[in-house]
Amino acid sequence: MNSIGEGLWQAARLVVTLDPDLVEITALSLRVSLGATLVASCIGLPLGAWLAVNRFPARRFVIAILNALMGLPPVVVGLIVYVLFSRSGPLGVLGLLFTPTAMVIAQVIIITPIIASVAHQAIRDLWADYHDLLISLQATRLQRIKTLLWDGRRALMTASLAGFGRAIGEVGAIMIVGGNIDHATRVLTTAIALETGKGEFDMALALGFVLIGLAILVNLGLHFISRTERGARW
Amino acid sequence: MTFKSIVLGTVAALLTTTAAMAEEMKMAVTTSFANSGLADVLLPKVKEDTGIDVQLLIVGTGQALALGAAGDVDAVLVHSRAAEEKWLAEGNGTHRTEIMYNDFVFVGPQEDPAKAGGAETATGALQAIAGAEAPFVSRGDDSGTHKMELRLWKAADVTPEGDWYKAVGQGMGAALNTASGMNAYIMSDRASWLKFANKGDLGIVFEGDPVLFNQYAYLPVNPEKHPHVKTDLVNQLEAWLLSDKAEELINAYTIADQQLFVYNAAE
Repeated sequence: MNSIGEGLWQAARLVVTLDPDLVEITALSLRVSLGATLVASCIGLPLGAWLAVNRFPARRFVIAILNALMGLPPVVVGLIVYVLFSRSGPLGVLGLLFTPTAMVIAQVIIITPIIASVAHQAIRDLWADYHDLLISLQATRLQRIKTLLWDGRRALMTASLAGFGRAIGEVGAIMIVGGNIDHATRVLTTAIALETGKGEFDMALALGFVLIGLAILVNLGLHFISRTERGARW
Repeated sequence: MTFKSIVLGTVAALLTTTAAMAEEMKMAVTTSFANSGLADVLLPKVKEDTGIDVQLLIVGTGQALALGAAGDVDAVLVHSRAAEEKWLAEGNGTHRTEIMYNDFVFVGPQEDPAKAGGAETATGALQAIAGAEAPFVSRGDDSGTHKMELRLWKAADVTPEGDWYKAVGQGMGAALNTASGMNAYIMSDRASWLKFANKGDLGIVFEGDPVLFNQYAYLPVNPEKHPHVKTDLVNQLEAWLLSDKAEELINAYTIADQQLFVYNAAE
């Protein structure tokens, strides 16, 4: 198949000429997925840390649920968010359906369990090392969580990036709640689905390559930032 | 700090997303209307003449009507008369305005193993395909096209079932991709077929029976049921669709020198 070659060529052409449609949907993809990652990290990272340092009866159960939710089917999340935000639904008055905000909400639901789970694993290991020190310093719960979050920040970034990776490549939920509206809610993944539907495989592949490139760039960018923060340490 | 500025930038970007412009309305349309490319011709002119930014949700007729019934769009443009009338009877919309029609064609392997091309009528062609048990891809998604296909099977007195009948439950494009991959027969609207870029070995095997005509209608969502719908804009768009200019643009739209839509709105 020369479609892949054609796709690569087309991707290069779109990127080099800074095709305005491509720039628009790429920017929206980034905005939605980074926004969702940010919000989900604010919820998921402290939640993961809290689960690591606290002992309570239902703890194992909560962790098991959290791990199970990592596999939450995006289509189902999309459908639930759609029903909630539909004009006929309980939150319909907000008028958020088919806006980027609704897409962010759906993605937050999808990736928060991933971020919380990965963060929990990382913090639990760190907590094993820090346990005696923090207890002997008589640190409060909040102080313990803060310390663990800060010292585990590299592992936590991995947690956030795992969430981002799921968000940027996700299509099922944002197709339903965003609606793939041209110049309003069209992102890379929904555009790929659309071009595939038209049988325009070259264009679909080109957008796919742009998407992969974008994910790599964001990951590299964040790793670069975190490395400079920590000097020569790896 | 760099990280902080990224965070702040993202937050600022998120906050500005909801600041929508004034003259926007949402319309649910069928895949055949959007994939034909006609939307790309009409919508810029609508914007030019009325200032309305029509945002399209491209779905099947079934989902389009459901979005309208829930009040999530301001109007729908679909093609399945029976479903539209039921939808109106349930109080979901104000009225139904016929705008234009296109037609369906049977697409299949060019060598036509089931000899569907030799049939006199559309139902005859379906009987030939069923008789030969030649692979046939069905939309199977409750869209207008799917409903039309089911009506034709019924008229042909054939119950389509068996290994040869494959309901994919997807849009026109995805179904065409499947048919192309399996070298199967499929019913498609002419516009989607002509625009489709992955034809493979497929070609039109049967066309022209008047039962294959496909009427598109514009249906505004009922403002009494959903007070937030933008009735002003919906009426303006309807007036535009009924104008001579719309007639001219729709009739003049061709792909590969074939006229795709015939304007037939009543004056």
